[in-house]
Amino acid sequence: MLGWGQPLSPLTSSLCLPLPGFRRWLCSAAAAPRVCVVGSGPAGFYTAQHILKHHGGAQVDIYEKLPVPFGLVRFGVAPDHPEVKNVINTFTQTARSGRCAYHGNVTIGRDVTVAELQQAYHAVVLSYGAEDNRVLGIPGENLSGVHSARAFVGWYNGLPENQDLNPDLSCETALILGHGNVALDIARILLSPLQLLRKTDITDGSLAALACSKVKRVWLVGRRGPLQVAFTIKELREMINLPGARPVLNPADFTGLEDAVKDAPRPRKRLTELMIKTALEKPLEKPLETVSPREWGLKFQRSPQEVLPTADGSRARGVRMALTRLEGSGDSAKAIPTGDMEELECGLVVSSIGYRSLPLDPAVPFDTQRGIIPNSSGRVEGVPGLYCSGWVKRGPTGVIITTMNDSFDTAQSVLEDLQGGVLDVSTSREGFGAMESILRSRGVRPVSFSDWEKIDAAEVARGKAAGKPREKIVDLQEMLRIIGPQPLLSDLCKWLLLVPL
Amino acid sequence: MAAAGPVQLLRAAAASSRRWLFSASPAAGTWPGCGSAAAAVRAARPFSLSARAVLSSEDKITVHFINRDGDKLTAKGKPGDSLLDVVVSNNLDIDGFGACEGTLACSTCHLIFEDHIFEKLDAITDEEMDMLDLAYGLTETSRLGCQICLKKSMDNMTVRVPEAVADVRQSVDMSKNS
Repeated sequence: MLGWGQPLSPLTSSLCLPLPGFRRWLCSAAAAPRVCVVGSGPAGFYTAQHILKHHGGAQVDIYEKLPVPFGLVRFGVAPDHPEVKNVINTFTQTARSGRCAYHGNVTIGRDVTVAELQQAYHAVVLSYGAEDNRVLGIPGENLSGVHSARAFVGWYNGLPENQDLNPDLSCETALILGHGNVALDIARILLSPLQLLRKTDITDGSLAALACSKVKRVWLVGRRGPLQVAFTIKELREMINLPGARPVLNPADFTGLEDAVKDAPRPRKRLTELMIKTALEKPLEKPLETVSPREWGLKFQRSPQEVLPTADGSRARGVRMALTRLEGSGDSAKAIPTGDMEELECGLVVSSIGYRSLPLDPAVPFDTQRGIIPNSSGRVEGVPGLYCSGWVKRGPTGVIITTMNDSFDTAQSVLEDLQGGVLDVSTSREGFGAMESILRSRGVRPVSFSDWEKIDAAEVARGKAAGKPREKIVDLQEMLRIIGPQPLLSDLCKWLLLVPL
Repeated sequence: MAAAGPVQLLRAAAASSRRWLFSASPAAGTWPGCGSAAAAVRAARPFSLSARAVLSSEDKITVHFINRDGDKLTAKGKPGDSLLDVVVSNNLDIDGFGACEGTLACSTCHLIFEDHIFEKLDAITDEEMDMLDLAYGLTETSRLGCQICLKKSMDNMTVRVPEAVADVRQSVDMSKNS
């Protein structure tokens, strides 16, 4: 069970159930298996949770590049989706388990190599996600007014590296390239009534920018058709029901689709039916529409060719699109340009065509084509003792349950390898003990989970004053200031000497 | 929404459980939560607590869960409890169950019902259907446990936890251009 409680008794009582061999192992072997997880997003925490729960002796250390934990739950999940962030409660319980430790502010591949981790741990799990985005590769992509969805989401969610994004929201029309949930999230944030956003943990800075926003129309543009959209129905329904914003769907885009999805799998069928119903619905059914002029719509079968500059070349004024026809059907349908072009005017372009994982370290194999670490059930190909889970394992797709199942799968591989002797646990490994001295020698100050709890408390306190669940601290130095200085070994010695006196 | 009440309560429970987490001393236990989770649920519902006091064990409803490994877990709840309440308060060991804590934001409390019970369940909302669309191993008699409230007629029913198997949704790509 994942929600609140659980942990202690299942940890102790059922630790041997799934893999009975452990009981014997626990009695005969001396060294506790030390496992390290790289990345503290959902993949990292779900992997750690499963290993801890099903192996009563394992010690799991979770490393994180940022001082603060939880990855995309904190920096990806939209601020108006606090329910999804409830998973943090369970992650917190995992982090506070006596057999788990969190070490933030440590960049693997820079501060520490994967080889060094492998020296210190019996098993290393890479769950560092997808920190880059796919690029359009078209002229004008770098013009002012063009942003990646990753950066835009990072901006309103308080990701330190995106705090200077400063998007220009003085235009009336925004164009989002992509038909995924991230695209819908951004459209919703751009068009939501401010009083709804005020109650969320959206950053103060982005809220102030949105308060001055002139954006009143958002187009979501995709290369393919309605049957190929990647967003899920919950997010679409939310967008359709957004107060003060009117959906604009062209009924012609949906001609004949009702028949086409009759025998489609249920999710695709219901999603398409909701789009059709919305497209055919008579306008003015929502009384708010007359009050607010905001609107959004889906445009299909348009492939971006160039971001068009203003006359002075300083910024984006629109996107030239190639109209496409579809070859094939279903998920594998391909968009083929028809030769016709169209220009869409807009002052803001957000490219939401996917996240992308990056290679971490030369010691780790990486499939640049697919953007993943080649693996089988999470076991990294050709490197015993190395595992991966989450987006870096299967690509940047899916909802939280996808990552949960995928992480449990990798954890199961680790557990099997511990049981089957693939991982040699006869010699003990030092774990964080070894890392600590390496980090100290390199001037890196690791952040513990109780350090994070100080940041968390400060954020909650600041948020309370503004009626928000929290006000995220967006500056790395400020985070470290809140934690206070790292206790020095010499101080500790002094203290120990003083106690007997 | 049919189950608005319990959902609200669970939200409150989650919140109070969170407060508890952060005020507890780390020394209190290696993994805080179990017993206190149920306590948090109870603390968040003073009225049902007093109701609970007068309920005899006969008023309780027994539910059998067939877990993924085939194990049968049996627990009791009182009328009005959701199946997620039952799992949480009885500390049933079902991997990954109830990730969003009953707020209709995930599908990890997906359960499969017996036909005769399924037919009598309260009508399903669009929002529950939307989340079920993302569930693994969806069947004709699937519902989300957080949305199903116990009734006397459900006494001794058996629900099955679906296996975590891939289904069509794995091919749904949230972030790729379409």
